Amino acid sequence: MIEGLSNKRKAWCALMKALCYISLALVVALTAFMLLYVLAKGIPNIIENPKMLIETPSVRRDIDGILPDIMNTIYVVIATLIMVLPLGVGAAIYLTEYAKNRKVVEIIEFASETLSGIPSIIYGLVGMLLFVQLFGFGTSLLAGSCTLVIMNLPTIMRTTEEALKTVPQSYREGAFALGAGKWRVIRTVVLPTCVNGIVTGCILTIGRILGESAALLFTAGLAHRLYGFFEGMANSGATLTVALYVYASERGDFDIAYAIAAILIILTVIINLITTYLGKIMERRNGQ
Amino acid sequence: MNLNERMNVLFSGYKANPKRLVEDLIHFIFLILGLITVGCVLIITVYLIISGLPAIIEIGPLEFLFGTKWASTASEPSYGILAFILTSIYGTSGAIIIGVPIGFFVAVYLAKMANKRFKDAMKLCVGVLAGIPSVIYGLVGMTVLVPAIRLIFNVPDGASLFAAIIVLAVMILPSVINVSLSALEAVPHEYEEASLSLGATSTETYFRVTVPAAKSGIFTAIVLGIGRAIGEAMAIMMVAGNVANMPGLFKSVRFLTTAVASEMSYSSGLQRQALFSIALVLFFFIMLINAALNFIKTRSQKI
Repeated sequence: MIEGLSNKRKAWCALMKALCYISLALVVALTAFMLLYVLAKGIPNIIENPKMLIETPSVRRDIDGILPDIMNTIYVVIATLIMVLPLGVGAAIYLTEYAKNRKVVEIIEFASETLSGIPSIIYGLVGMLLFVQLFGFGTSLLAGSCTLVIMNLPTIMRTTEEALKTVPQSYREGAFALGAGKWRVIRTVVLPTCVNGIVTGCILTIGRILGESAALLFTAGLAHRLYGFFEGMANSGATLTVALYVYASERGDFDIAYAIAAILIILTVIINLITTYLGKIMERRNGQ
Repeated sequence: MNLNERMNVLFSGYKANPKRLVEDLIHFIFLILGLITVGCVLIITVYLIISGLPAIIEIGPLEFLFGTKWASTASEPSYGILAFILTSIYGTSGAIIIGVPIGFFVAVYLAKMANKRFKDAMKLCVGVLAGIPSVIYGLVGMTVLVPAIRLIFNVPDGASLFAAIIVLAVMILPSVINVSLSALEAVPHEYEEASLSLGATSTETYFRVTVPAAKSGIFTAIVLGIGRAIGEAMAIMMVAGNVANMPGLFKSVRFLTTAVASEMSYSSGLQRQALFSIALVLFFFIMLINAALNFIKTRSQKI
């Protein structure tokens, strides 16, 4: 078949294939470089000074420590998930189970698409105006979490909605036929079958929170003090990502910055492995 | 029927069947939850307009948008953001010019030529690339890319628009690849089979049949890339140098996003209001992009 082609066509095919391979090589090289370089620069710092994982930093005593940042990150993740899950799952349930009016559905979906397109720096500003100033939370983890709730609402909504759509209609009909009310059907039949989708949404949200900096900079602040959960919620604190930014950009302390970066990269890889795995489970279930 | 009678009718219905009251209440609660996103969008829009407009009016819209000098802390402050707008546009265009072709070719390869195992591995790769926090891109850009640019191009400071463009190009790659990939995968096989049976080679088929058929998806990918690039703040704050210059490839520049982020912490008075105005301009750009996305979506649905 190839012999019949004119030289021009052969050359064009070869060129397109070559471009594909070059682009592919670039992306692979880039991913490998990002992972290996950050790990290679960061892990030696952690091994050299493992105590930084359990220390509170102190300039006076010259101690480096990222424990407060780790704890703040965990607090923010927990607080955000607690708030965003009911809201996002509820909204998704409304869209798939209750909404009859197509106009309303369209408006809600348009709003959620708009939300997911707004850059995080704008969330940071609005969060600052709304939660820090108007609601009087002050620069605190609580204000930061509330900002993240608005940011991550579309993610939870979308993944839950997709999962709800895969629940077979016959499950619902069967339950209705047994005389269950709508709420009972949703609670006992529909929701348990789409737990996978909700978990995927949670993990994606955790990933986004781990990576978020611009929205937290003006809402959650920069402090490196160690608190308990409720105390921390009321006080300003830096998450790992914000701490990375502060160390790298304002203090020029690249050793700690790379140590934090290595931790974040490892978490990113783990999160991606989990979501891929969950995606496969969903695929298999839908295939059946 | 007056209101009282109506209420009576309503409540007698519930009295006869108290379960219905619970069901209706739950329906109402879910409706509220569903409308929260709409409320959020409205609040964000209204808040940005309220806090952004006063400074624009005080400075003068033309002077604000087309003024070339930004000196917010000078004794006679001047607030012109043309430099930021142009930098954002140039930076985004640069990132698109570099990032989209690479992402496009990768997507075509993965959708059509790769075997399943390699495709899954690459999807994981792209997922990781998408998940890496933007500050890490900034950090690596700061410690590797910026010095490299200084050495290679022999310029006094590598922190420049060029460095920002490269970082942005890398950051938009995952969304370009993912969205184009799903668009290409959705093209019906019959199209390709028809083209192959007419004597086109497989490469020709993929690029001349599959790609045009997935056109709207690929446009969506580009527009999403523009949205991501124009909204990114922290990574480019670390590599762009952050000086309010008019844009030049090797000049230290400030984007719309970084202008907001870099002065917010110490601003006050009119300067602070002007920052909100910059955010409003940024928001306007984002809304334009959203409108473009919607336009593509409705048009492709019609076809």
